[in-house]
Amino acid sequence: MSEFDQLYREVILDHYKNPRGHGVIEDADVSAEGQNPLCGDEVSIYVSFEPDDDTIDEVKFSGRGCAISQAATSMLMEMVKGRSAHEVAAMSKEDLLEEIGIPLTPIRLKCALLGLWTLKVALHKGKGTPLPEEAAGLDDLTLG
Amino acid sequence: MAVTPQAKLDARKLRADFPIFEQAIHGKPLAYLDSAVTAHKPRQVLDKLRTFYETSYANVHRGVYTLSERATEEYEGARDKVARFVNAPSSREIVFVRGATEGLNLVAYAWGLDNLGPGDVVLVTELEHHSNFVPWQYIAQRTGAAFRAIPLDEQGELRLDALDEVAGSDRVKVVAVNLVSNALGTINPVEALAPWAHERGAILVVDAAQAAPHHAVDVQALGCDFLAFSSHKMCGPTSVGALWGRLELLETMAPFNLGGHMIRSVKLDRTTWGQVPAKFEAGTQPIAEAVGFGAAVDYLTAIGLDAIEEHERALAAQTLERLAEVPGVRLYGPPPERRAGIVSFNLEGVHPHDVAQVLDMDGVAIRAGHHCCQPLMAKLGVAATNRASFYLYSLPEEVDRLVGGVERARTLFA
Repeated sequence: MSEFDQLYREVILDHYKNPRGHGVIEDADVSAEGQNPLCGDEVSIYVSFEPDDDTIDEVKFSGRGCAISQAATSMLMEMVKGRSAHEVAAMSKEDLLEEIGIPLTPIRLKCALLGLWTLKVALHKGKGTPLPEEAAGLDDLTLG
Repeated sequence: MAVTPQAKLDARKLRADFPIFEQAIHGKPLAYLDSAVTAHKPRQVLDKLRTFYETSYANVHRGVYTLSERATEEYEGARDKVARFVNAPSSREIVFVRGATEGLNLVAYAWGLDNLGPGDVVLVTELEHHSNFVPWQYIAQRTGAAFRAIPLDEQGELRLDALDEVAGSDRVKVVAVNLVSNALGTINPVEALAPWAHERGAILVVDAAQAAPHHAVDVQALGCDFLAFSSHKMCGPTSVGALWGRLELLETMAPFNLGGHMIRSVKLDRTTWGQVPAKFEAGTQPIAEAVGFGAAVDYLTAIGLDAIEEHERALAAQTLERLAEVPGVRLYGPPPERRAGIVSFNLEGVHPHDVAQVLDMDGVAIRAGHHCCQPLMAKLGVAATNRASFYLYSLPEEVDRLVGGVERARTLFA
């Protein structure tokens, strides 16, 4: 497989063209907006919880950006739905990168992880879960 | 360079790394005794600059293309090296600046303008270089804070016993001090100042321009809050230096320069800042220079800072001893054990510029002037001094040539 085919493998293009969980939850329990200042990618994430106030009932994202950032966030939506807030807050970047499954240079890594960090900011705001160092600075930028 | 740090350095061997010494000045080998003002560059640094420009140069943090990734990796790699060099807890605490001067201005403006006001005191020392004196004096005046100086004793050492008296019961917010005096070579007891400053609720801002090239600097052991130094004094390129600051302080500070790269998002009604250190690195940085700075750090680390310090101390002790024997020579500064490789002196009845001129005819380069320390010169009661300063490439016979030249100047003007 060529480097190009590896980077833009079919599943990435599929998620980019048909993003899962794309949209806005109007009455979301928590939300956050993240931006990648290097390239201007933007991702907003909305979460609502089940009555137990911990299990993620619905999660959606909106935004614009490169195929990597949007596809990775789309994959993330599928990965976290139905899981508990604390479980997702503890999720490592490797979990997501494994799912994405393509080689990424340091700069593209920032694109790929934008959604994850933004989701962690949202959970931090709503549930006080720990904020990883990479997400510091994202959190002064909220939709509110 | 895969050289194991040695207890003693071989200056004659190291000298071969420096192309500048391959020339004669007025028919004599160059005895460069002015490394305190700027140091010469070894091939290892010059080669790195050339290779970087020829193979890996592009702007950093911008492109997704391979060359930009490579340049970014080199630039950030240099930041990691500089961070390790001063034992910074995190590379994010290293801000690349134009030099120590810009680093100190950054703190004075970005921290000072928001945190100083009437009733506050900024404390500098009588020993400061203008770069850690003038910005604080200016910002103190702008904000209405008081500006005072910690006095010196006769040997040119800080009078820590006078600290409480100078501060009085006022609110000290900044203590700004150099780690090594560029004019006298005094090694200042910054470790002892740190607890005093922090008990008072002040930040401790250290000018390490004269220290970082010559002895091991550990920001955590010093207990300071900011520390600035320049690449060009430590065998690296000009136009780049580092400001180390505690992350929690850098995070809360306003930016200093504004423009590209330092932002998170720009809208018509509001701009938000990027993360530290990007927040302080607006515009295209001195990219190749930073990479060269990293190469200089590698070079010095391989030789060993302890070996460099010991070598210079021996030369300074030799100079003090020899010059003391010359009639009419007045020496300034502390004894060798509390002094870096810097010797300041005057020759009675001969202006420093004339001494330096006579020495230059012999291929000996020293500094003559106020060393950007006019308050100190006033304190010493002189307009200027001669200053010889040493580095890893300095040789004992250069001290002989210095002393011989001073003798000649004495005879000439007698």
